[in-house]
Amino acid sequence: MENAIKSQTRIADRPRPKINYLNATHGIWSWMSTVDHKRIGVMYLVGVLGAFFVGGMFALLVRLTLLTHDHMLFGRLLLTADAYNRVFTLHGVIMVFLFIIPSVPAALGNFVLPLMLGAKDVAFPRLNLASFYLWCTGAILAVVGMIFGAIDTGWTFYTPYSTTTNGTVTLMTMAVFILGFSSIFTGINFVATVHKLRAPGMGWFDMPLFVWGIYSTAIIQVLATPVLGITVVLLMLERVFSIGIFDPKLGGDPVLFQHFFWFYSHPAVYIMILPGMAIISELIPTFSRKTMFGYRAVAYSSVSLALLSFIVWGHHMFVAGQSQLATVIFSALTFLVAIPSGVKMFNWLGTMYKGNISLETPMLYAISFLLLFAIGGLTGIFLGTLSVDVHLTDTYFVVAHFHYVMMGGTVIAFIGGIHYWWPKMTGRMYSEKWGRIACTLIFIGFNMTFLTQFILGSRGMPRRYYNYLEQYQPLHAFSTVGSWVIGLGMFMTAAYLLASLRKPMDAPDNPWGGTTLEWTTSSPPIEHNFEEQPVLTKAPYDYRPETVAH
Amino acid sequence: MEQQFDTSKIGMWLFLATEVLLFGGLFVGFGLMQARYPQEFIEAHEHLQRPLGALNTVVLLISSFTMVMGVLSAQRGDKKKVVMFLVLTILCACIFLGVKYFEYSHKFEEGLLPPRWYHAQSTDTVRDAAGNVSHGYGTFFAFYFMMTGLHGIHILVGIFLLSWIAVRAHRGEFSKAYYTPVDLVGLYWHLVDLIWIYLFPLFYLIK
Repeated sequence: MENAIKSQTRIADRPRPKINYLNATHGIWSWMSTVDHKRIGVMYLVGVLGAFFVGGMFALLVRLTLLTHDHMLFGRLLLTADAYNRVFTLHGVIMVFLFIIPSVPAALGNFVLPLMLGAKDVAFPRLNLASFYLWCTGAILAVVGMIFGAIDTGWTFYTPYSTTTNGTVTLMTMAVFILGFSSIFTGINFVATVHKLRAPGMGWFDMPLFVWGIYSTAIIQVLATPVLGITVVLLMLERVFSIGIFDPKLGGDPVLFQHFFWFYSHPAVYIMILPGMAIISELIPTFSRKTMFGYRAVAYSSVSLALLSFIVWGHHMFVAGQSQLATVIFSALTFLVAIPSGVKMFNWLGTMYKGNISLETPMLYAISFLLLFAIGGLTGIFLGTLSVDVHLTDTYFVVAHFHYVMMGGTVIAFIGGIHYWWPKMTGRMYSEKWGRIACTLIFIGFNMTFLTQFILGSRGMPRRYYNYLEQYQPLHAFSTVGSWVIGLGMFMTAAYLLASLRKPMDAPDNPWGGTTLEWTTSSPPIEHNFEEQPVLTKAPYDYRPETVAH
Repeated sequence: MEQQFDTSKIGMWLFLATEVLLFGGLFVGFGLMQARYPQEFIEAHEHLQRPLGALNTVVLLISSFTMVMGVLSAQRGDKKKVVMFLVLTILCACIFLGVKYFEYSHKFEEGLLPPRWYHAQSTDTVRDAAGNVSHGYGTFFAFYFMMTGLHGIHILVGIFLLSWIAVRAHRGEFSKAYYTPVDLVGLYWHLVDLIWIYLFPLFYLIK
């Protein structure tokens, strides 16, 4: 049977190379000084999953505190109000800046992008390592900040509270500044890689959609993150030097901070979701064994999401006192920005329709994504509707919305991607049985936790509140139990994934029948990715019988 | 090699884009505050020393010229000239920072500072009912220090970068075939100059 990638004469059952990127060199220093994108991706994966664990523990603590109306557990007060404020703030800061923003691009993107392009590495391998060390520095600063008093401002650092409260605001914002540079350098690296390092025969519209998604994300990373940089610098200047820009007593404007902050942070949420969508665009064609429906539409929608994301920031500020005209315009633009996401949803469904669908764990995560992101995206539209938002803003409805898109969207896609590329990265297959069980638990637990919060919010429960009215307690309790189910699912996932590492390296080159270039090299790949430079001769996601190898 | 050179240039241009956005935030903030305190901003800017600002502008323009000559020499593989032009560029940068030092000292002496410390003389016309000077004057200087300060930090970083490649050039690391670092630092330097070209009229000249 012919494999349509030229210069490859062997297929899935070729002999496994003895030396791969994992065992080519040994010792800690060989990892710490590596410029191999695959090793850097693995180190990032370990790092961001560590951050996810810490942020997740804080989340469980938040939910546990809200389990009972009096915040007591086994006769003891779990957290004081001040401590609670710090815990939910840290949950947000860690999850947003240490986990989710780097997650897919730095961990999976670093590993997969060059392979998908048929390249040996990214454009700037040493800059890649520098990005990783910046991430580590940001993480260390954040931990130090947590030890020395932490912060209670919410992850959004709104002035005037953030400029006047005690706590390690300056240290944490410095961590955010450094993490921002990590993100910027990754973005620069990926844009340059996609422009210049594609294999011969791979034009823009022959690239996998995962690449389009990561590329669009990288554009946002490059353009938006510097604005966050200057925002936190201004915040630090305000705190340390009372420069006056956000303080009305000195002629400044606290709402100016919100404009600055959200000008980055809205595009940031697209940094979070676009890579998740990029993963789904790989999983669905592969596990439907069918070509992507509307490839160009999906590609264009990625770029347009990146661009449109810059003009809707005011929808975080509908009740902050901006003008009525601005509010209406931002609401209209918010409706507009939903369209490219909708385009993707329909194209994914169109891909599945009449496909040959198999329900391995990655596909279960992809289907979960479709359901959960639909809810998350739709509720975003509800919140973008002015007359509705004035009631729902700053309630649990908003909390539920963003957890549906960030967790039900990106995290679910991220976990699906980890499973999909696990054989490629580690050379082992995980246990399908446990994978499906854990996915089911996570899906059920997630809905238990957060669907409930839509109800809590629409009934008036405000977000970030420590004390709440007695009537909300049953719903809070149910949500907390849901968080335990998620926790169980996550621990289970970690357990069987780690257990798989003790098995021998026997994963096939292409266990899923994927058509993108990473599946043409060994699992795990050799150091330089491909034995010979791949030359692309077929269209993306070509599952026609005459083209497919098996 | 050419693919690597092109790729490196893309990388540097992307980095320059991030710098534009970094300063862009401050420019936007300045614009907003100017709209809020138009009269104060006009009066405040009279206190800036225009001749010194103009001198700095000329100095940076010359430095961009010497930088271009440095890149050209690198393209021709002329090691001695590369080092000479880089050193001249560094010299211009140091003059710039020296002038800035005098300007900053003057502001400190005159009390032309951010609102919390502003204590300049009574030529300010915009006051509240109690006779207190409007915060708009201090806000102007807050932005003056933040923006020229951030720019100054970039000049300082530029001096380090220029020194580093000057040393490398002196060691013979560059040739006609490979002069990428010279080119990239040149791009960075031109951006730093360009930002000053925007800062100078904004603060010193606009009425």
